[in-house]
Amino acid sequence: MNAEKTTFWQKIFRRPEKPYADPYLGGIVMGLVLFASLFITGSGLGASGTVGRFAVFLIDLVAPQHVDRVPDFLHWGGGETNPLDATLPMITLGSILGGLVSGLIHGRFKPEIFKGPNISNRTRLIMAFLGGVFFVYGARMARGCTSGQGLSGGATLSAGSWAVVFAIFGGAWALAYFVRKLWL
Amino acid sequence: MAPFPLDLLGLLGKPGTYLIFLLIGFGFGYALEMSGFNRSTILAGQFYFRESRVVKVFFTAIVVAMGLLFLAVRLNLLDYNLIWVPPTYLWPGIVGGLIMGVGFILGGFCPGTSIVGAATLKIDAMLFVLGGLVGAALFGETEPLFSNFYYGSYYGRVTLMDLFHISTGAAMLIVALMALVFFVMMEQLQKFVTKQETPDSLFRRIAWFAPLALTLVVLVMGDPTPAEKWARLAPEKEPLIANREIYIHPGELLASIADDTLSVVMLDVRSEADYNLFHLHGARRTPMEDLPAVARELLLDPNIGQTVIVLMSNDETAATEAWKIMQAESVPNVYVLEGGVNNWLSIFAAEEEGIQPAGQTADEQLAYTFAAARGDRWEAANPFPHEWELEYEPKIKLERKKGPTTGGCG
Repeated sequence: MNAEKTTFWQKIFRRPEKPYADPYLGGIVMGLVLFASLFITGSGLGASGTVGRFAVFLIDLVAPQHVDRVPDFLHWGGGETNPLDATLPMITLGSILGGLVSGLIHGRFKPEIFKGPNISNRTRLIMAFLGGVFFVYGARMARGCTSGQGLSGGATLSAGSWAVVFAIFGGAWALAYFVRKLWL
Repeated sequence: MAPFPLDLLGLLGKPGTYLIFLLIGFGFGYALEMSGFNRSTILAGQFYFRESRVVKVFFTAIVVAMGLLFLAVRLNLLDYNLIWVPPTYLWPGIVGGLIMGVGFILGGFCPGTSIVGAATLKIDAMLFVLGGLVGAALFGETEPLFSNFYYGSYYGRVTLMDLFHISTGAAMLIVALMALVFFVMMEQLQKFVTKQETPDSLFRRIAWFAPLALTLVVLVMGDPTPAEKWARLAPEKEPLIANREIYIHPGELLASIADDTLSVVMLDVRSEADYNLFHLHGARRTPMEDLPAVARELLLDPNIGQTVIVLMSNDETAATEAWKIMQAESVPNVYVLEGGVNNWLSIFAAEEEGIQPAGQTADEQLAYTFAAARGDRWEAANPFPHEWELEYEPKIKLERKKGPTTGGCG
């Protein structure tokens, strides 16, 4: 009985790891999803907005008055407004499920840390945290990240979004040499 | 009118709408994971040319979506004016982008990829998400320090077509060719660094050439003119003109201006000379050829649902043509001043010194003469609403704008 149960769970969570898809196939699928979103709903994909909304949601739990005083928090979570009651968090919830399903099917659902060979896990995790701080800070300032500005703004031919795209890649490439120890 | 995008809230209500967005998100997350974007070394490897997945996936997604999107627009299945195009705030975008670049190379993720990474138990992705929450909170706390910068250099809904004064097809061609150059360049650089060839595949050929083919179709078809767009709408909209549903009495315009819950945008399409002689207080002179640009600007206004747009010419002919252009550009709540400026003057300027009837005039000529070109500094340009009791049949019915009012990031 017990052994059978283990194999059942193994079948779901311990599938043999498969290589990632052809990147062009991944891009085509992502492009079709982006097109479907724009075609049906009129708006594209996004991610950083949910991170921002979730932050406001957490702050609202401990200090609702503070949310009402900070302009950037107010428009998402002021008064009785629930910052997570919007379409973008639904996209993110869907992304989590989609990523989870693909990860399970292809045997890539497992606790791992990916890093360059010359740094410790500890350094990697600190840098990941720090990267998150910078990235979402910049995304809030630019009013969107690689999804909202990059994919959605890029495909709808927004002039400002293309400026953001080049700034993101430019910033990363400009700094890459100086932090190569993190990855090489 | 183009059937898409759908008014999801009206069709499905909130639960149905949320389900649609959930499904879209599912596809997005699946595509991110299958592309390897839950693995930070793949994402960061791009910046050392060990990998070329980031550029390939990202630009393939953009050009595929772009090609299908604008083909649908050109075939009149989709209304581009109702698509959320991120508005341009130039400098916050560039500085924010550079900061994102720093986060990208330090953290090895972007927000979307970190969420999928965390969903597949990558510990570094989870830390990136936590950092992201801190970054969002920090931004809210510090934004008041640079509000002028954050809200500055605002250009509205500017597309590459507006920026370079080119057709949609030409803008698509620039993007599609740029993507192709990036693909070739990245494959060559990767080959140089890792000594590995990129294998050819069906998908590679599709990604390289299908968007280019879609682009050429749009390029050859050209952009529809407002007249062509109107021709498609005419069967549906002509009756509104014939039944005079779009013509509002001067009294209704005056009452709307006085109504604090409404905002009224008055667009005067007459010549500069007539405008300088006399125009309604608050009316903005808008030459016919500027109307499509003004329409796009109006569509950006989040209060468009509470805004009445009133077009006026000396009589009705020119203003009605302007109304057709505004319909072609999908602007809601547009009306025409009944009888035009001449009718307005016949009511409000009857006793004003310096304004005299000119006798017989042709259509769309000012039927009055003016002692001086005083613009809106006539009493009749700005009458007191409560001094006039006019009888009229109200025509204005407010309609909410179709399509999203915020985009993916709001």
